Amino acid sequence: MALTLKHLFAVIMLSGAFSLVSAMLFVVMDAVDVAFTEAAVGAGVSTVLMLATMALTVRVQKETKRPILFPLVVVCLVGVLLIYGTLDMPNFGAFDSPAQLHLGSTYLSITYKDMGIPNVVTGILASYRGYDTLGETVVVLTAGLGVILLLSGLKGRKDKE
Amino acid sequence: MDSNLNFIYGHLPYWLFIILMLSGLFIVVSRGNLIKKIVGLNIFQTSVFMFYISIGKMKGGTAPILLDKSADNSAVIYSNPLPHVLILTAIVVGIATTALGLALIIKIREEYDSVEEDDIQKMDQKDLMKYNKKNVLETNS
Repeated sequence: MALTLKHLFAVIMLSGAFSLVSAMLFVVMDAVDVAFTEAAVGAGVSTVLMLATMALTVRVQKETKRPILFPLVVVCLVGVLLIYGTLDMPNFGAFDSPAQLHLGSTYLSITYKDMGIPNVVTGILASYRGYDTLGETVVVLTAGLGVILLLSGLKGRKDKE
Repeated sequence: MDSNLNFIYGHLPYWLFIILMLSGLFIVVSRGNLIKKIVGLNIFQTSVFMFYISIGKMKGGTAPILLDKSADNSAVIYSNPLPHVLILTAIVVGIATTALGLALIIKIREEYDSVEEDDIQKMDQKDLMKYNKKNVLETNS
């Protein structure tokens, strides 16, 4: 749909709906914290940001003829390689996959003892990986500064001439 | 035959996420409109998140929030919390990059009066030719 639609409003709304559906998928796959974040950030904030961008720029995409063969070939090549890569992976939901055997269960058993928080994801995020989360806030701060600097009146090309 | 079917069934989720990812990649590569490119990047990103979360999923498992705080919780199956933590960080970083990209689009539109990649490239080429001509004239005189 996002390929053929010309009205960007519809494209952006569909992208928000996609985020919401993916949040539901995260719930199904037991990642409730991720689902919260995706619903708030993906379906909420990012849709609002895109709508604001659309309001400041254009609403309708221009008709353009672009070659379709080369992108298709690239995408198919990448797809074949990725699917070849999954052939060695364990089955979906398997108990004996390498991802499940080592660290995951350790964290499940020590988080409550160390911190007294029943939500293991929050415990790891705030405590074991506190510095990582601090770095993440620095990234968000940097991005915010970048947005402000970009949008606050630096003189453009048109003004110079 | 049965093991083959089991293999396909067990890998189908991964393949679906990969196909979703490829559709995002296709939008990024094939569409000229910059806002559509950002939407494609978002789809790409979200499907990578799905892939990561699917690795942490355990059959019959539940969300990694401890049900019984006193016991050792060995009776309950919890899905792996580590991918969830990783992806939480990634989602927030993703929205930061998206915001920056959108700000860049607004700036590009101010400069070029267009958000179509083809138009912008044409204008750039015209500018370059003008610039080169000016340089040649200056060096000759």
